[in-house]
Amino acid sequence: MANIISDETIEYVGILAKLELSDEEKEQAKKDMGSMLDYIDQLNELDTSAVEPMSHVFPVNNVFREDIVENGDERDAILKNAPEEKDGSFVVPKTVE
Amino acid sequence: MDLLNLTAVELGKKIQAKETNAVEAVQAVLAQIDKMDDTIHSYVTVDKEGAMERAQKVQKQIEEGVISGPLAGVPVAIKDNMCTEGILTTCSSKILENFYPTYTAEAVLNLEKAGAIVVGKTNMDEFAMGSTTETSAYGVTRNPWNTEHVPGGSSGGSCTAVSANECFFALGSDTGGSIRQPSSFCGVAGIKPTYGTVSRYGLIAYGSSLDQIGPVAKDVTDCATILETIASYDKKDSTSYKRDSYDFTSALVDDVKGMKIGIPKGYFGEGLDKEVSDAVMAAAKELEKKGAILEEFDLGLIDYAIPAYYVIADAEASSNLARFDGVKYGYRAEDYNGLHNMYKKTRSEGFGAEVKRRIMLGSFVLSSGYYDAYYLKALRTKALIKQEFDKAFSKYDMILGPAAPTTAPKIGSSLSDPIKMYLGDIYTISVNLAGLPGISVPCGVDSKGLPIGVQLIGDCFQEKKILRAAYAFEQTRSYQSPFDK
Repeated sequence: MANIISDETIEYVGILAKLELSDEEKEQAKKDMGSMLDYIDQLNELDTSAVEPMSHVFPVNNVFREDIVENGDERDAILKNAPEEKDGSFVVPKTVE
Repeated sequence: MDLLNLTAVELGKKIQAKETNAVEAVQAVLAQIDKMDDTIHSYVTVDKEGAMERAQKVQKQIEEGVISGPLAGVPVAIKDNMCTEGILTTCSSKILENFYPTYTAEAVLNLEKAGAIVVGKTNMDEFAMGSTTETSAYGVTRNPWNTEHVPGGSSGGSCTAVSANECFFALGSDTGGSIRQPSSFCGVAGIKPTYGTVSRYGLIAYGSSLDQIGPVAKDVTDCATILETIASYDKKDSTSYKRDSYDFTSALVDDVKGMKIGIPKGYFGEGLDKEVSDAVMAAAKELEKKGAILEEFDLGLIDYAIPAYYVIADAEASSNLARFDGVKYGYRAEDYNGLHNMYKKTRSEGFGAEVKRRIMLGSFVLSSGYYDAYYLKALRTKALIKQEFDKAFSKYDMILGPAAPTTAPKIGSSLSDPIKMYLGDIYTISVNLAGLPGISVPCGVDSKGLPIGVQLIGDCFQEKKILRAAYAFEQTRSYQSPFDK
């Protein structure tokens, strides 16, 4: 395997992805990510130095519209889906002392 | 049983002719679900009461002459990644186990305006990430042709629901083949439209630059009719494309004289099952008999589509799935220590293994230091792949090939080796990268009795060409159902 994923890399990816992995999952993830990157590395066979990255197939640029409210007040309906709500707001664990 | 064998358009005609009605059609579908779904498991949610209420309301509107379209009163199944107001929408994930959307996806709304009746939500690979419908948090879906085999994925439940007569048609979504491959495995027809043709508003995003909603049905006439109904320019989707025409049904003509069909030699090499290859080539010959011109050619960069796709799709997924954090909707972990720990525990407990695998790879390829080497490299490769298709379509009206290298594999045989499973997407994935339309239509069964699909790929906005050829091919054979045996 050409790509060896270190413990540090998996820790870092876990922080970026907001995932907490068990030791077993970490070992599996190191293996899986290494073999996927080996596979993806075949893209390096292509000379793309003269090619612009294409994010959209069609020339879609910023699509603007007037900032007008069109929907009604759906606060209560939306909050019904919240794991925890209070006084018309989402409740989250305390973040500041 | 008679009613259930009809196509969506045939049923719509009988409803207009007062030979049957929306209520009877929904009752027939619900009875079939009761009979079949313990075994097949096409559905995550069946909304019996809601469907009956809607049927009565629509039937009244039909009788009053308010609705008269071809899909008025016809029961439809919706893939569970499209929001449906008040109906549970899970994306087949634990993290959305209790999510009731406050609005309906634009494509579904377009169907409802036309009088179609939503009966339920179909099972899929979790967040549409998979090729077998085995990664759902709500159990596997089985292929009606042989319940030991997978239906394909990720729109597996939509395809089995159509195949097993548990609805008259369905909507699926296709990010890398998720309509065409399961259609091929289940012996039904499915089309992925040109990117931007059907609004993605209300479709829970996986790979936003690749996702498209499309029809799954028993035949090409249904596909064209459904596409005509769901396609629309929608300012709520910033990638929606304003097309010159939304007519697709005028393409249903049995005439392919002079149409040039390119057959990529590279599609028929190593890895392609012999029986699939023979059936697909036999389909090409049928079109040739009708006057189409076949020509083999070299389509470049075939092998690079899958690695480029997994970088782009996973990168977009890692960003799109950041919204599932246990705050606004869905699952929240029970025990946690502070906000960040709540996020992490919620996501780790709520997402399945394949979803985590893709979020991690996506986060990695977007991270500082790797962004250029992986993400931008993949976007540059995408540009090259698009150029290869542009070259092909300067010579050919369409490209013909298989939809998948094999027929449906056995349940439990795919997930252990992700890369091997990803390779099964080789004929479908490049179509999404280039934004092209592609259709899979049944073209036979193999010696195990499992269906085979032929795929027709068109240039951007050329759905009508592939619909016409698919329709012409379909006239050479009759629809095979798993119940024929």
